[in-house]
Amino acid sequence: MNLVSLLLNILLDGVAYAMILFMISVGLSISLGLMRVVNMAHGAFAMLGGYITIAVMNQMKVPFEVAVIAAIVATAIISIPLETFLIRKVYGRNELDQALLTIGIAFVVIAGVNSVTGANISVIKLPYYLNGSIDLGFRSLPTDRLVVIVLGLVVTVALWFFVERSAFGVKLRAAVDNAAMAEAVKINTSRLYVISFALGAALAALGGIAGASLLPMEPTYALKYLVLFLAVVAVGGHGTLFGSFLAAVILGIIDTATKYLAPEYSSIAFFATMLIVLAVRPQGLLGANGAKS
Amino acid sequence: MVELALLIVGALAFFVFPDDLGLMTSIVIMTLFVLSLSLVLGQAGIPTIGHAALYGSGAYAAGLWALHVTAEPLTGLAAGGLAGAIIAALSGLLLLRTRGLTLVMLSIAFAQVLFEIANKARGVTGGDDGLSGLTVSPVLGIFRFDFYGRTGYWYSLIVLVLSYALLRRLVASPFGLTCRGIRSDKTRMLAIGGHVYGALMTVYVTGGVFAGIAGALTAQTAQVVGLNSLSFQQSADALVMLVIGGTWTLAGALIGAPVFMVVHHIASTASPYHWLVVIGLLLILTVLYLPKGLIYLIPAGLERLRDRQGTHE
Repeated sequence: MNLVSLLLNILLDGVAYAMILFMISVGLSISLGLMRVVNMAHGAFAMLGGYITIAVMNQMKVPFEVAVIAAIVATAIISIPLETFLIRKVYGRNELDQALLTIGIAFVVIAGVNSVTGANISVIKLPYYLNGSIDLGFRSLPTDRLVVIVLGLVVTVALWFFVERSAFGVKLRAAVDNAAMAEAVKINTSRLYVISFALGAALAALGGIAGASLLPMEPTYALKYLVLFLAVVAVGGHGTLFGSFLAAVILGIIDTATKYLAPEYSSIAFFATMLIVLAVRPQGLLGANGAKS
Repeated sequence: MVELALLIVGALAFFVFPDDLGLMTSIVIMTLFVLSLSLVLGQAGIPTIGHAALYGSGAYAAGLWALHVTAEPLTGLAAGGLAGAIIAALSGLLLLRTRGLTLVMLSIAFAQVLFEIANKARGVTGGDDGLSGLTVSPVLGIFRFDFYGRTGYWYSLIVLVLSYALLRRLVASPFGLTCRGIRSDKTRMLAIGGHVYGALMTVYVTGGVFAGIAGALTAQTAQVVGLNSLSFQQSADALVMLVIGGTWTLAGALIGAPVFMVVHHIASTASPYHWLVVIGLLLILTVLYLPKGLIYLIPAGLERLRDRQGTHE
């Protein structure tokens, strides 16, 4: 395999992985930046997305596309009572309490999924048009990777428009900058929090489904990959969309490159990158100044 | 005195559960590990989920000491404590200038990198097969480590009681007050002229010593050292133990570790996933309704015990 081919593979897989990391992590970044909550249960949303898709496809015999939409909506709906009745209770409390409450939630979700599906890996059966590859002339590229990349970019652009240009986005950014002032101008922060939380959960579900070939669905998924998502948020800086994107791209490509070139060191490379970035810039690449708590 | 109570309870356990000494010893060792986390997190407010790095380093150090230098256990304990201190100093250089989520992530990253290094260095650490074939010679030349674990149990228990006595004095001292001041408001401490970074480094390295000693104990009593001693799981478990028992006083560790391990033992014989539900619910309920931990269920008569070491504001 020549060098160009290798580099192209790394780039393709790396960017695809980055898109998945971004889609899942962006919700975490928002809840951290907006509600100042460390939500260790966030990985559970990605996991639920995958598992609900599988369940709906198998039990109700609906096509893949319908199942995906149903899973995303279902995950968003599930997240609402979680936020309103449990997580809301720890806003403003110290990070440790928040982390522990949400880890507890993650444990319960993991146990619940396991009791239904068993401990093995479950696979999402992709429709025929996502298998195989697309011929671009100079070489052919696997379809599913391309779809993930396009999906990720579409989500990024859509999110950007939403946050920067819509009325909701304005209120969101106001509440991130200064919740008290936002409330003083009659922005309903409670409603904002719930909607953002559900949106983050929905995106995580989408990312989980899209990434199921790279991060396979198993009951321990929620906590196993949580470290990755937390890393993206910490490296990017919380509360910043573009920060998460940048961090996901950097970490995704470094991880994939080392997996190709020096597979024994890929985990070290990932965490060493995180170490280096945070040592040099504790607030994350695009985080606000001063290491935020 | 708590130390006396601890000895008495420990002795009782020895006679009531003579067949479960392995589990009892693990509980004692974990209690020491969680005690060191209680010092670092509960007293000084350093939110680390990578404390296993110090524990595992102590375990490997004591294991390697027994394999290559001498099988004498007390020097092995010193080796473990020293290793814990050194790794704590190294990670402290990285962690202690940050706070909040950044500190948490850095602690995780540091421990993960250490884990991977230990994984790769098969020649030294045995990789994921672990370090085995350790032998430990009799404690003080007299007490042989027997198959039933009796010596191991008493050895660990005594180390725990002595450590608790030491740590309690440390926490009740002016230095302990400094730590709690830093925990409650770093800026204020700086403003009144406290050397925050130096104090944090001191308490963190001290925590490292005791975590390393706990690791050494596990290496010596189990006579095997596994990669899981450096794992994120280990750090997270210790944190849960601490929180359940009571983060803000040292004695919380004495309750949290045994409760967690006993529940784990009972629940996981049923099914590992029943365990997760139980611990998940326990966490949720503790955080929502008993944020200061189970120790606050102790009736007011023992108030002196739980309040003397400072409460969370």
